[in-house]
Amino acid sequence: MNKDIFMEKGFKVILKSAGIVILMIPALLLVTLVVQSAPAVKAYGAGFIFRQTWDPVREIYGALPFLAGTLVTSFLALLIAFPFSFAVALILSEYMKEGVIATILKSAVELLAGIPSVIYGFWGLLVLVPLIRKLELAAGIPPYGVSILSASLILAIMIIPYASTMAREVMSMISGDIKEAAYSLGGTHWEVLRKVVIPTSYSGIFAGVLLALGRALGETMAVTMVIGNTNKLFTNIFEPGNTMASVIANEFTEAVSDLYLSSLIELGLLLFIVTAIINFIGRLIIKRFEIKGAGK
Amino acid sequence: MTRTVYLKEILEDEKMIKRRIVQNNFSGVLITFISSLVVVPLVLILFYLLVNGISSINLDFIMNLPKPVGESGGGIFNAIAGSLIIVAVALVLSVPLAVLGGIYLSEYPDSKTAELVRFSNDILQGTPSIVIGIFAWVLVVVPMGHFSAFSGSVALGVMVIPLVLKATEETLKRIPSELREAAAAMGVPYHRVILKVVVPTGLKGIVNGILLGATRISGETAPLLFTAFGSPFMNVNAGKPMSSLPLVIYNYATSPYDEWHKMAWGASLLLIIAVFGINMLARIFVSKKGGR
Repeated sequence: MNKDIFMEKGFKVILKSAGIVILMIPALLLVTLVVQSAPAVKAYGAGFIFRQTWDPVREIYGALPFLAGTLVTSFLALLIAFPFSFAVALILSEYMKEGVIATILKSAVELLAGIPSVIYGFWGLLVLVPLIRKLELAAGIPPYGVSILSASLILAIMIIPYASTMAREVMSMISGDIKEAAYSLGGTHWEVLRKVVIPTSYSGIFAGVLLALGRALGETMAVTMVIGNTNKLFTNIFEPGNTMASVIANEFTEAVSDLYLSSLIELGLLLFIVTAIINFIGRLIIKRFEIKGAGK
Repeated sequence: MTRTVYLKEILEDEKMIKRRIVQNNFSGVLITFISSLVVVPLVLILFYLLVNGISSINLDFIMNLPKPVGESGGGIFNAIAGSLIIVAVALVLSVPLAVLGGIYLSEYPDSKTAELVRFSNDILQGTPSIVIGIFAWVLVVVPMGHFSAFSGSVALGVMVIPLVLKATEETLKRIPSELREAAAAMGVPYHRVILKVVVPTGLKGIVNGILLGATRISGETAPLLFTAFGSPFMNVNAGKPMSSLPLVIYNYATSPYDEWHKMAWGASLLLIIAVFGINMLARIFVSKKGGR
């Protein structure tokens, strides 16, 4: 009997230590990034974020073009993706929960989520970019093709599954009672959606948007392949640029000096902190929603 | 006089009801239309992959090694083998840890440690893959002094932990507690309850989670750029740089040669068939015989 108790305790210790190892990974990740980026932080301080030039030859590193690139592409992608994600969520949770169309739409969203980002990038580079180039020629804008806009479009396609899945789940969690109450007052389907379903799921929709934003900020390959990779600050979205992730992907193996490498790692650190905060807030909102939903 | 007022009101009411019905129908059509547009990029991507990829896939493409620029032909056997090796090693490194962690979260869910593990896991899941690449580079590539397939596996292993852990926790949590209580009531110690009752019952869900995790990491490129690095040669030594399917797609896709673009289409089609294929297998596997 004593042996059993010993075994039981031992087993719990094994499980717990596995948990603790996993717990340490993000902490270790953060420490690693902080230590490795220390030289750049020491050399540039806060100026790193605000400086416009990124010139490895003269050893001047400023992250502004990449910060701007990351923020603009991500928010533009969200803006483009939002109506579609929202419509998909509404269809799947309110209009057609079952049936052929729902199945097609559901599988389409799942397949979109499953396509590797390098394939998005490749497709974007060979299909989307030439198309945009043609449109730019027709509109009389310098026909770069590869641009902030191209990156945003590809990103938008990629994040639709994330935003729509979360919104859908939250909308289907809303209890039938309040919807039925609205119907019994004579509301049309649209009115029930607009005045009951959507307002009740605001927080969930917002959480979905945050998670999608987290994805977009950190997305690397697809963006790297269609954004044009220039380290100059862009002045409009039709110009090429770079994001934090894409500049790391492009220059990491070429970084010869320590300061260069350390500056790139500082970009990684910034990216890690920003995505961690955004994901944290997103999950906090979902959790509160789940507790509220379960309490009903 | 009052009659006409009533009539007017009734007419107004009817107008409004009509307007509301029109609004209702219009919004329904609009939402259906917008959401159906989501299928367009998917169809386009799959169409281009099929049309351009199918002509480059043949036995030579799968079984041969790449040839230098200018020479036609050549295949991507080294990349296929590399992908399999890197992903397999990544799974071996991470799955035991993630499954144990998942069991911990489902069986001891309320401790402070469990809360923290869950939090870290969420953070890890949201971490950009390129950042995890840097992590593996510092951890493995720098001490070893050179790029290696193993460092790529470490990066992918770190990426897959959150997925497997979550799948394990969710599956085991859904097993009814009566099952555990029945076993415990017969005097079975808790660790045996977990090993003999809980885990076997949830095995399907766990395996499914591992398969889905495998498809996720087999398409990853960013963390391999400066870990596994890629190699034009056949290599099965995990201590050396190794090619992988996503890496060759990236390298060929960004090259200026049409010949290489064709190879990239072929490799992309192969990759997507593998990813969707394993995905489908996992789904069939779960749906067969009453998955919980």
